[in-house]
Amino acid sequence: MRELSLHILDLAQNSIEAGAKNLVIAIDEDEDGFFVFRIEDDGRGMSQELLQQVRDPFTTTRLSRKVGMGIPFIDMVTQQCGGHLELTSEKGSGTKLAAYFAAGNIDMPPLGDIAASIRVLLAGAPWLELDFSYTCGGRRLDFSTRQVREILGDAADFANPEISLWLEEYLKQEIAKVKGMEVQ
Amino acid sequence: MKSLEDLHKLREKLKADIKLRKDEGTKIIVGMGTCGIAAGAREVMSAILDELAVRKLLNVQVQQTGCIGMCEKEVLVDVIRPGEPRITYGKVKPEDVKKIIAEHVVNGRIVEELVVGKLEQE
Repeated sequence: MRELSLHILDLAQNSIEAGAKNLVIAIDEDEDGFFVFRIEDDGRGMSQELLQQVRDPFTTTRLSRKVGMGIPFIDMVTQQCGGHLELTSEKGSGTKLAAYFAAGNIDMPPLGDIAASIRVLLAGAPWLELDFSYTCGGRRLDFSTRQVREILGDAADFANPEISLWLEEYLKQEIAKVKGMEVQ
Repeated sequence: MKSLEDLHKLREKLKADIKLRKDEGTKIIVGMGTCGIAAGAREVMSAILDELAVRKLLNVQVQQTGCIGMCEKEVLVDVIRPGEPRITYGKVKPEDVKKIIAEHVVNGRIVEELVVGKLEQE
């Protein structure tokens, strides 16, 4: 995948397929020398047996069609970039994933268009409660779908094209602010 | 500048939209497995959402599905108009989206050159 944002979208799809209602996506550009993204869900979780095999594409695809290339893929990319992948899960209480990359590693794919990934994720799973944070250079953005639901109530449909478009533009702008870029 | 305030202003209109966004409209389903995403499903889905916003097609539902085993034909996009066969388009690019929506979703004319499957509905 060209962008870490595509990995994040892909891994978040696993959470949705695992029945998650609540999802955390947290990106920190510099956490003690690592670029880190975390994805935490309250889906059905994995047994310890599956958790141990889930990084192996040849074992996992046979266990279940729901688990495929996504985790082996990001596991490999983190290792190529001086980092590692942490996975914790318990059956019935969700899964936590943290992908570490050595900050400034030359092989690290760019984060890419995270606003587009979140927009598409929510359009495809509009019931999801997402807490998204992005930390960079001592600044932090926090966005929650709850903020939108508080304002719009029943009308907060993230599959509504107009809300979807607003969300992407809003996130793009807020992320640019955190990155210290000029916002028109 | 976009802000949460924009949503306050849009609220009444968006409330009215709910009535239009019923399940019986046309469905568009995008393949969003690892294979689909690697092939560009995010850009295709963004293009679909953009086009639906531009055309104000509120009765069209966009949904996603996982890998269905035709990974080499991703990005896969299904269009289901009520009472008509389910049409699967393959190797869809963002630039194909306008045509699929104008021709098929709006006017009911299947874009034959992109079709990879057809399923009669029950």
